[in-house]
Amino acid sequence: MLSSNPYLATIQRDLLLGLRNPGRLLNPLLFYGLVALLFPLALGPEHRLLAQAAPGIIWVAALLATLMTLDSLFRGDFNDGSLELLALSPHPFVLLVAAKLFAQWLLTGLPLILLTPVLGMFFSLTGQSIGILLLTLLLGTPTISLIGAIGAALTLNIRGAGGGALLALLVLPLYIPVLIFAAGTIKAAGAGLPVDGQLFFMAALLVLAITLAPAAVAAALKINMH
Amino acid sequence: MIWDFFYKLASPRYFYAITGKWAVWLGWLCLILMVAGLYGGLILAPPDYQQGESYRIIFIHVPSAWMSLFVYVFMAFNAAIGLIWRIKLSEIIARSSAPAGAAFTFLALVTGALWGKPMWGTYWVWDARLTSELILLFLYLGFIALQSAIEDPRQAARASAVLAIAGLVNIPIIHYSVVWWNTLHQGPTITKFDNPSIHTSMLIPLLIMAVAFKLYFFTNLLMRARCEVLLREKDSRWVQELVIEGRISEKTA
Amino acid sequence: MTEFFHMGGYAFYVWTSYGVVFLVLLLTFLAPLHRRHKIIALIKSAQTRKEKLARRRT
Repeated sequence: MLSSNPYLATIQRDLLLGLRNPGRLLNPLLFYGLVALLFPLALGPEHRLLAQAAPGIIWVAALLATLMTLDSLFRGDFNDGSLELLALSPHPFVLLVAAKLFAQWLLTGLPLILLTPVLGMFFSLTGQSIGILLLTLLLGTPTISLIGAIGAALTLNIRGAGGGALLALLVLPLYIPVLIFAAGTIKAAGAGLPVDGQLFFMAALLVLAITLAPAAVAAALKINMH
Repeated sequence: MIWDFFYKLASPRYFYAITGKWAVWLGWLCLILMVAGLYGGLILAPPDYQQGESYRIIFIHVPSAWMSLFVYVFMAFNAAIGLIWRIKLSEIIARSSAPAGAAFTFLALVTGALWGKPMWGTYWVWDARLTSELILLFLYLGFIALQSAIEDPRQAARASAVLAIAGLVNIPIIHYSVVWWNTLHQGPTITKFDNPSIHTSMLIPLLIMAVAFKLYFFTNLLMRARCEVLLREKDSRWVQELVIEGRISEKTA
Repeated sequence: MTEFFHMGGYAFYVWTSYGVVFLVLLLTFLAPLHRRHKIIALIKSAQTRKEKLARRRT
C-alpha cells in the first residue's frame, strides 16, 4: 500500500523497486569491498602502513561505488516515462526529486556505511577510528549522492560508451572537498586532535548540498526531458 | 540607451556584423601590448636578487593563472544568464569562452611546473594553488566534454550551464579545502611565488601582460562566438546572402 | 646577446615556458579561423547543391 502523501509514496515506490532488484543493491557493495581489498594486495600486508592509508582507501572506494550507482538513478524512470509523469504532477518537482534522492541514499549510501566496520577491521583500524570513519561517511555519502545526482541528470540523454566516463569526469572534481575533509578528519582523530570543526564543515557541505542540489537536479532533468 | 545597445547586440546578425571589427582591433591591441610586455619583462626588468633569471616565468605564469579563474567566473555567469533568461547570445558566449579558459589553466600548470623545478627542485609539488589549478582544469574539461556530447546546441548550452553553476559554487569550497589539506600535510608551505613587495620595473610588465592576456581572451571569444553564430544561423537569409554576395569567403577573417 | 638566451642558467625552464605558452596561444588563435573556414565551405556546398536541384527541376 503506497502512502497518500506524494513524497512518502515516491520514497516507498523507489525503495520497493530497489529491494525487488537485489543486484542493483548488492553489486555496488561488492564493488566497494573489492576495491578496498585491492589496496592491501597492491601495497603489501603491513599493518601500520595499511592503518595509515585506510581512511583514504575506504573513502576513495566509497566514492567509486557511489559513482557506479549513479547511472541507474534516473535511467529506468526516464525510459518508461514515469519521470515525465512526476514532472507533470501538481506537486513541486523539486521536492519529488528530493524524495527520490533520499530513497537513493537509503538504498546505496546506508548499506555502504553498514558494511564499513568490516572493512575497518580488515585495515586494523581502532574502534575509535572506525567510529569517526562512520561519522564522516554518514555526513559525506548523502553529499556525494546529491552532487552525483546532478551529473546523472545531466548525462541522462547521453548513451554509448562515453557516457559513464563523462559522468565520472563531471562529478569526481566536485567530490574533492568531501574527500579531503573526510580523510583529513579521520587522520586528525587518529593523531588525537579535536575534529569537531571538520565535522561541522562536512555538515555544512551537506546542508548546502541538500538545499541546492535538488533544484539543480530538477532543472537538469527538465532540460533533458524536452 | 546602453540597454538599447545590448538589445541590438542580442540579434545574431547585428552581433556578427559589429564584432568582426572589434575582433580585429582587440587582436592588434593585444599583439602590441604583448610585445611591449615581453620587452619590459625579458629585457628591461632586472634579474631577481633571489631567483635570478628564472623568475621571468612570472610574466606568463601569473597572467595565465589570473585568467584561468576569471574566465571560469565569466563563463559561468554567461551560462547562468543564458539559462535563466534564455538569451542565445549568452549561451554562445559561455560556450566560446571555454577553450581559451582551459588553455590558460593548462598554461598556468605547465609554467608553474617549469618554474617549480628550479625553485623547489621538482616539477610538481602538491602546493595548494597548483592543486586547485589542476582541479579547475578538470572542471573546464567536464564543461567542454558535456557541451560536445549533446548534439542539440540549445540543450547542450542549458545542461552545461547547470554544470558551470555547480562548478562555480564549488570553486571556493574546493580552494578552501585544498588549502586546508595542504597545511594539514606539509605545514604552512613557504611559497616562493609570494613576493611581498614587487619592484615597479617588474610590476609594470606584469600588468601589461595581464591586460594583453585579457585582450587575447576577448579576441578569441569573439572569433569563436562569430563561428558559433554563423553555424547556428546557417540557414537564415542573412548568412546565405553574405555567402552568395561573396562578402565572406573561406579566406577572409 | 648569448647572455640573454642563457638566462643565467635557467634557459631551459624560461624558454620552454615561453615556447609552450606562445605555441598554445597560437593554436587556440588558429582553431576558430580553421573552424570558420569549414563552416563557410559547408554553407557554400549546401548552396550549390540546392542550385543544382533547382536547375534540374526546371
